[in-house]
Amino acid sequence: MNNTKNVMIVGVGGQGSLLASKLLGRLLLTKGYDVKVSEVHGMSQRGGSVVTYVRFGDQVYSPVIDEGEADFIVSFELLEAARWTKFLKKDGKIITNTQQMNPMPVVTGAAEYPSDLVNKMKANGFDVDAINALELAEKAGSSKAVNLVLMGRLSKYFDFTEEEWMNAIEASVPPKFLEMNKKAFEYGANA
Amino acid sequence: MKQLMLGNEAVARGLYEAGCSFVSSYPGTPSTEITECAAKYNEIYAEWAPNEKVAMEAAFGAAFAGKRSFCGMKHVGLNVAADPLFTISYTGVNAGMVIGVADDPGMHSSQNEQDSRHYARAAKLPMLEPSNSAEALEFAKKAYEISETFDAPVLLKMCTRVAHSQSIVETSDRVEKEQVEYVKNPSKYIMMPGFAKKRHPVVEERTKKLADFAAGSDLNRIEKGKDIKLGIITAGTCYQYVKEVCGDDVSILKLGMVWPLSEKLIKEFASSVEKVIVVEELDGFIEGFCNAIGIETEGKNLFSDIDELSQNKVAKGLGIEYNGGEAVDAIIPNRPPVMCAGCPHRGLYYVLSKLKLNVIGDIGCYTLGAVAPLNAVDSVICMGASISGVHGFNKAHDGKTDGKTVAVIGDSTFMHSGMTGLVNISYNNSNSTVIILDNSITGMTGHQHNPTTGYNLKGDPAAKVDLEALCKAIGINSVRVVDPYDIAMCENVIKEELAKNEPSVIISRRPCALLKYVKHSSPIKVDADKCKSCKMCMKIGCPAISIVNGKAVIDATLCTGCGVCTQLCKFGAMQEGTK
Repeated sequence: MNNTKNVMIVGVGGQGSLLASKLLGRLLLTKGYDVKVSEVHGMSQRGGSVVTYVRFGDQVYSPVIDEGEADFIVSFELLEAARWTKFLKKDGKIITNTQQMNPMPVVTGAAEYPSDLVNKMKANGFDVDAINALELAEKAGSSKAVNLVLMGRLSKYFDFTEEEWMNAIEASVPPKFLEMNKKAFEYGANA
Repeated sequence: MKQLMLGNEAVARGLYEAGCSFVSSYPGTPSTEITECAAKYNEIYAEWAPNEKVAMEAAFGAAFAGKRSFCGMKHVGLNVAADPLFTISYTGVNAGMVIGVADDPGMHSSQNEQDSRHYARAAKLPMLEPSNSAEALEFAKKAYEISETFDAPVLLKMCTRVAHSQSIVETSDRVEKEQVEYVKNPSKYIMMPGFAKKRHPVVEERTKKLADFAAGSDLNRIEKGKDIKLGIITAGTCYQYVKEVCGDDVSILKLGMVWPLSEKLIKEFASSVEKVIVVEELDGFIEGFCNAIGIETEGKNLFSDIDELSQNKVAKGLGIEYNGGEAVDAIIPNRPPVMCAGCPHRGLYYVLSKLKLNVIGDIGCYTLGAVAPLNAVDSVICMGASISGVHGFNKAHDGKTDGKTVAVIGDSTFMHSGMTGLVNISYNNSNSTVIILDNSITGMTGHQHNPTTGYNLKGDPAAKVDLEALCKAIGINSVRVVDPYDIAMCENVIKEELAKNEPSVIISRRPCALLKYVKHSSPIKVDADKCKSCKMCMKIGCPAISIVNGKAVIDATLCTGCGVCTQLCKFGAMQEGTK
């Protein structure tokens, strides 16, 4: 019906997914797209499951992405990638950090962290690009740069030039951390 | 210039461009950023008030004095401010006044799912509802024009999906407004019976005029579809879902003004189509109006009055095919929000849980003390309800629960509406114990200052309420301060205060671990040889601690070295780290 593209950025509250959506939104705006970015604030930010929706196209109406609609799910944590699989389009792609963070029900022993999730998702027919974004971020200089590693990975599937991405990064991160973030982006793109 | 803007930021931009110069609000998700963004404009005086009632009355005072004013709050905040709301509807305003109220369908961060539109009808005030950031900016400006034309405060209704979504806006310059002269006018502004009786007919007449205005205003528009058999009436974010699903296929009456509704406009639209469906979140507010004026509709039979809507839900309700997705074949455990590592509330809650006390809770981050493994809270209702509630709870038990029941309330919530409950405890000879969880900030909504922090909204130094002196002045003789990182101290003091035959206040004081100025200690280290796998350290629900292969493990990236776990470990396996 329309050509709107949908990117979901998911993770655990406090992991820095808001910066990733800000960067992506800024880039898409400079490319002349209509853009909507939807965030959730408040209670779920306290270590809960968080999701940000980024939508772009000629004209975007709904600010949210519904089940079966996401072209990309970019996940900061493995369990969160699995949690949102229902939102992926049939031919959509999951880009996920392989880092695992135990949610409280797992910590208290009330539930188990499912094993071998990457292979389980692949076995169910999901197109999964899994990378150790935490390791790459640390190599770039900070564990907080996971967001830039994942954006670098996402950039492989977009037709934007490296210069366009770099401009968006420059506009989104403080100058002090620019080089480190650019490095993290490169590591993600080339992993 | 085109830019991406959060709906709330766009409202603030609208206030700025409209020449608003006074903002008073109380933070509440999803409304908080309106006021935070407004505070960044030097032309706007902006403040956090202790609660929404004070904020609305202050904003009214400013409008009464002749300056365009604003107050913002979440949906439940409007309950607190309902008292002034209903009467400033009678007085009207001198300069324009806009009241921002943000609903939270789906309860992302709220204790109920109330629909604020009922307030517009009940208080007989106009309400505008934008569907994206561009409209949020534009409607904020139009709200001032309506406020001044019709001499009424205007409600601007946001919802989570509009407030917290970024979409494209085009900004323009601020138009400075001259202060309207203040002229004394007792019969308009003193609402005692003789005067109020004369104002009520004015209000009813105003609603009729506003409905006429709604019929012709570009806030409401009819979008003719390719097929004119089906007509959809909708507003706010639901309009976006309808467009997403139906595009230009159906006819749409898009309401920007959701109260008063125009009978003329709705009848005209209904007569142009064969069937009318109302798509709205929560209650059947618009649908009820349509039915009352004799228009047959479908709506709440197709769309739930519970939770938010979405494009798939709208498609389903309209009988249009959509592609749902398939989930991975695995059991995915929930990831509920938790108290952060190093949260000062944790140690205190551990003690409440250990002592098996009845805990009458309140609204804030510390509501999370209710979840496993702490399970330390018995009730959470609304801002301030802990202190008033513990009094009633203890009185009803004829003193039998006095020694095993406490109220817990945060510093900001205590300032908001806890103080009056404490006066009630003192005045009515209650033997209740109140614990003020003073983390020196308004935490849950994202670190806003309040009257106990010593700083104002703009970050400038401000008078700081002395909680100990305040409680004493209220008549509480026993006021103690504890450090929630010190479990033994907390336990001793709580036991002592509960044993006393008088009301008492315990202030659990330690700043939020996420505050920038708070310096963290080195992460705790586990001596695996000493760990006996007793899992005592798991009783505090710290996200930094887990058990791996039977032994406690600390996530050093999360641990703030608060040391609460070291006090629980009887075997000395948890050791303070060294730099």
